Amino acid sequence: MSVTPLFEAKSVTKHFGDFTANDQVDFAIGAGEIHALLGENGAGKSTFVKMVYGVLQPDEGAFYFQGNKVSISGPQAARQMGIGMVFQHFSQFEALTVAENIQLAMDGSETLESLSQRIEVLSRSYGIPIAADKLVADLSVGEQQRVEILRCLLQSPKLLIMDEPTSVLTPQETEQLFTVIRQLASEGCAILFISHKLDEIKALCEGATILRGGKKIATVKSKDHSQHAIAEMMVGSSISEIKRQAQAIGESCLFEAKALSRAADGPFDVALSDIDFALYEGQILGIAGVSGNGQDELMGALTGEWRNEKSIGLLAIKGEDVRSLSPEARRQKNIGFIPEDRNGHAAVPSMRLSENTLMTSHSSNDVGRRGFIDESALHEKTGQIIADYDVRTPETNPLASSLSGGNLQKFVVGREIARQPKVLIVSQPTWGVDIGAAQLIRSALLSLAQQGSAIFLISQDLEEIFAISSHIAVLHDGHLSPTYPLEEMTPEKVGLLMGGKALDDEPVMEQGARS
Amino acid sequence: MYEELLLTILLTSVPLILAGTGELVAERSGVLNLGVEGMMLMGAVAAFGAAILSGSATLGILAGAFGGMMTAAIFALFTLGLATNQVATGLALTIFGTGLSGLIGAPLVGKAIDGLPALNIPVLSDIPFIGLAFKLDALAYMSIMIVALVAYFLKRTRWGLVLRATGANHDSAHALGYNVLAVRWSAVLFGGMMAGLAGAYLPLVLTPHWAEGMTAGRGWIALALVVFASWQPWRVVVGAILFGGITIMQLAGQARGWTVQPQFLSMLPYLATIIVLVSISRSGGVLHKAPAHLGRIFYPTR
Repeated sequence: MSVTPLFEAKSVTKHFGDFTANDQVDFAIGAGEIHALLGENGAGKSTFVKMVYGVLQPDEGAFYFQGNKVSISGPQAARQMGIGMVFQHFSQFEALTVAENIQLAMDGSETLESLSQRIEVLSRSYGIPIAADKLVADLSVGEQQRVEILRCLLQSPKLLIMDEPTSVLTPQETEQLFTVIRQLASEGCAILFISHKLDEIKALCEGATILRGGKKIATVKSKDHSQHAIAEMMVGSSISEIKRQAQAIGESCLFEAKALSRAADGPFDVALSDIDFALYEGQILGIAGVSGNGQDELMGALTGEWRNEKSIGLLAIKGEDVRSLSPEARRQKNIGFIPEDRNGHAAVPSMRLSENTLMTSHSSNDVGRRGFIDESALHEKTGQIIADYDVRTPETNPLASSLSGGNLQKFVVGREIARQPKVLIVSQPTWGVDIGAAQLIRSALLSLAQQGSAIFLISQDLEEIFAISSHIAVLHDGHLSPTYPLEEMTPEKVGLLMGGKALDDEPVMEQGARS
Repeated sequence: MYEELLLTILLTSVPLILAGTGELVAERSGVLNLGVEGMMLMGAVAAFGAAILSGSATLGILAGAFGGMMTAAIFALFTLGLATNQVATGLALTIFGTGLSGLIGAPLVGKAIDGLPALNIPVLSDIPFIGLAFKLDALAYMSIMIVALVAYFLKRTRWGLVLRATGANHDSAHALGYNVLAVRWSAVLFGGMMAGLAGAYLPLVLTPHWAEGMTAGRGWIALALVVFASWQPWRVVVGAILFGGITIMQLAGQARGWTVQPQFLSMLPYLATIIVLVSISRSGGVLHKAPAHLGRIFYPTR
């Protein structure tokens, strides 16, 4: 190339002990370019951008900025150079105001008053208005991200790194963000966009650099390759599409809620209001929604972890009211739970896998009798789960904490499915796991539904909702929308519901109707 | 008569203001130092020893500040340098400070000093009632100035903002390029210095001799005071006078044969703190809550 790229990395290598997180990575981005950095978890994306932003130092290799070799000694040096970063988990201070948060990231020569003014002017010019004296704790997640972006924009960056910025946004907010990104790029700012949502990358980015196992696999023009081809480059093997067959929805209602309401416990909880749904045999009901809209509370109410004395309405398994039952008592009604947080909620990290198996099956007779554990049956059962769900373990019966996220998640999902529950309630089953594990988990859920079980799937991943649900409802501010069959739903409609708007066409589906 | 009682209340509140303000700064940076009692005792013995040897109360004040600071340095070395548990280390520091100050102070028992003279501010001290507040000593006036400075520092200066940010989220502060450990070291040392001054106040002003364990739980009250003040500097002053008042009522009550049990009165500061804690947790705002990363261990490499 004759044109000098704005920013270039040559043969950058980073070791952590014996582990090589980045191995001879080359990378280049030009001014005004929107370039994607792609890879599975553990592919080395974060390590790479942390080095670009000066948080980590490379062991070998060099960075070039506008053609000159540079060493980026720290985030402050990076910012001075014109490199900004929007973090995935915002590094914001809830107890401070917007202006104070931004001032912390500046060089400090400006007074709070003049900074506040600049923030409000700039935010309006990009169409993302924000009040500078508001406490960050009082902002929505989308607004908090705007603060992050404004913080970077105030320093007029030449290169802006965005680490999975859309993972917390509604589709509409994502579109709004893309407008801002495109406006920035047209002003000459280079954008390094990290995501694993391939449709977004196809829509937004011209080029994409793919990392796998710390190595650069390829730099491609995103329009030249299909999503499937790019996904295979990320994973390094061919991916089979999930096979879906038409699911037969049975007549008998397994799990239902009618006008289930519950007051919030504390200021950070969301109250549930008038939750209505009915789950039939073979149905997978996908619950979309932006996090913080009552997912945790709904999950707690369904599993029985959230004490139910305050809830009104009906929650029933096969017509029997279970509101007063504990999680274990509900489990004995043949219902399974997979909470979102695998470390410490779904599994105990400091316990072995066999002990974790025991956690949810101790009341069944096959692993214990009269309060005594049948060790050999338990180990056999655990081994079966490990084999069936392709859980890669460092030893026969390892500590849960020694498994990678994807493998532990496969184990947790396998453990619940192995109990053959009639109803499975699952939250974010593939959050933060790699594509291979996600495919396996989704297939397992689908085949459980094929066998006539009903699945209640809470997920913030719209792709996942559309991939496996037979019906979709949206949770917004503690209220669940009506249930729509998959065919009637589009991401746009889901987006409207996620933003709290109602759809004009009310669902015509009757209770128990087939999709 | 009542004037004298009120004056004693003000004097009793001074060490609480000093130690409380110091601990407040440490906690706003995210460090919970339960060793206040130990640091106060070390400050007290250092101040008394220096005053006896040199005959100068001013040198005693300096020695007290230094003694408290050095004790805090031990705490910082463990919790910040070696990333040990703050609660356990703080408790150990109190036990350590109690024991070591007793050892150092053994030869000092029974000796007496002149102490810090009262500085009556002309004109102001003649005003009836209010004038009481102007019949105190140099260290008492200084304590109010320090509170004002700390309040200004935290709210209005950039480094105050950085300190609050460190306590609110040390990972974010680190990611922004601030030196979390340096900020916390400074805050802990400041807290130690203030606890040392508070300790120095006891033998230099309140009772002009040394006695083992003479802080008598004031360090713990100072810790409760920080919570009572919901981490706001000026509220420390209000709380200190309130808590000081309760302490004095207890003594005065005993002398006059009140029927209220002294044990009940000595319980009151902690009861008040619990009530404040409950009301904070119920009101739900983030402004008056504990710093979010209070007591959490920071690992700089991650």
